[in-house]
Amino acid sequence: MSAKKETIGSTVGIVIAVCLACSIVVSSAAVGLRSLQQTNENLDKQTNILEAAGLLEQSNGDIGGTFDKFVEEKYVDLDSGSYVDKPEGSEVYDMYKAAKVEATSVKVEGSNVGFQRRANVASVYLVKDDSGDVSRIIMPIHGSGLWDLMYGFLAVDKDGNTVREVVYYQQKETPGLGGEVLNPAWKAKWDGKKLFKGKELAIKVKKNASADDLYAVDALSGATLTSNGIQNTLTYWLGENGFGPYLTNKPWKS
Amino acid sequence: MATDTKEVKKVLFGPILDSNPIALHILGICSALAITTKLETALVMSLALTSVTAFSNLFISIIRNHIPSSVRIIVQMTIIASLVIVVDQILKAYSYEISKQLSVFVGLIITNCIVMGRAEAYAMKSPPMMSFLDGIGNGIGYSMVLIVIGTVKELFGFGTILGFEILPLVQNGGWYQANGLLILPFSSFFLIGGLIWVIRTIRPEQVEPKE
Repeated sequence: MSAKKETIGSTVGIVIAVCLACSIVVSSAAVGLRSLQQTNENLDKQTNILEAAGLLEQSNGDIGGTFDKFVEEKYVDLDSGSYVDKPEGSEVYDMYKAAKVEATSVKVEGSNVGFQRRANVASVYLVKDDSGDVSRIIMPIHGSGLWDLMYGFLAVDKDGNTVREVVYYQQKETPGLGGEVLNPAWKAKWDGKKLFKGKELAIKVKKNASADDLYAVDALSGATLTSNGIQNTLTYWLGENGFGPYLTNKPWKS
Repeated sequence: MATDTKEVKKVLFGPILDSNPIALHILGICSALAITTKLETALVMSLALTSVTAFSNLFISIIRNHIPSSVRIIVQMTIIASLVIVVDQILKAYSYEISKQLSVFVGLIITNCIVMGRAEAYAMKSPPMMSFLDGIGNGIGYSMVLIVIGTVKELFGFGTILGFEILPLVQNGGWYQANGLLILPFSSFFLIGGLIWVIRTIRPEQVEPKE
């Protein structure tokens, strides 16, 4: 080692040189790869939306094209339940970022959904068939599971009541237990369930629910807290603080 | 700079059995516990760690005669941290799904004792080429343990290997009841313990003398 020629000058010089070289490498990697990363992130989101739309197999790998053709992003003012223009700001509206800003969000009260604030305006995705009519509505939902917040999409038919898909795309539940929210066999149980009985929210995630029960989905075995989390998430997002007014108004019909 | 074949062999393949970083030095356990639930993540993690160890060894060895010994750890950390960030960025750009699963553990390669340990113990006093090979060798040693554990955990915890079904699970209509314990991170403790036992049975000279 180089103990013999150690002076303050040389030490500082070497340290500065190393730092400079490293920072150049790191920043060029970050800048050079950024566009690719954003493409990936976007693709990941579109893939999940297409899965909720039931179009993933049909898309044959052309995620972007299928998304642009069949899916339209709309913005909903959650309090009134009607469409609004895209909120000002960045190119892509992110409701989870908006929920962190006081001016664009409200406090969550009287719910154990697991987060403190929600955005005033939410993104929804309208799925259209070949003739341009709305066939499904995809709503982003999130709420706490056992370990952390779980983010997903809920897809319903144009009656605003019949569930088609529940797709979680970001969760940290225990693999094999709560992580089974991703199991296709469990996800298939949601297809055809009804959210509301009359005007009341009726959907329940409960143990030993029969497959014929239109208002109940069998809870995940060994993952009671994850199942409860999903229930809380649905109760909040389908209630009057979430998409309740939107689903009552059904503005996609006009 | 005598890089004869025998020496190269020892540096490159020694860490697999004779001086395995996990089994003999008990380094890098934390990541070996956490990311071996699925074989695929274990493979990517192995690749990431091997490249970081190899290149950090290489760069540190190149400038080893200029690194002032009073700040050598900091200089090593700077180089390692930069490499890890680059690896993380590359993963995010080219294999987004897996980088999502590895999440924080790629970043934690910075604190992985194997990288620091090899930089301090080998790269600081050896020529660049040999240091590079030493990094690859230790990476392979780490990878071997991860792959063995990842295979056992995925096979008996999920009934799959690399996502392909080997043992059909009960919940999918098969006969195999998955072992829930193996899915949890701490089950790697048992497996690593068993592996160390096996290696030390084959190589009794690794057993520490009684104190």
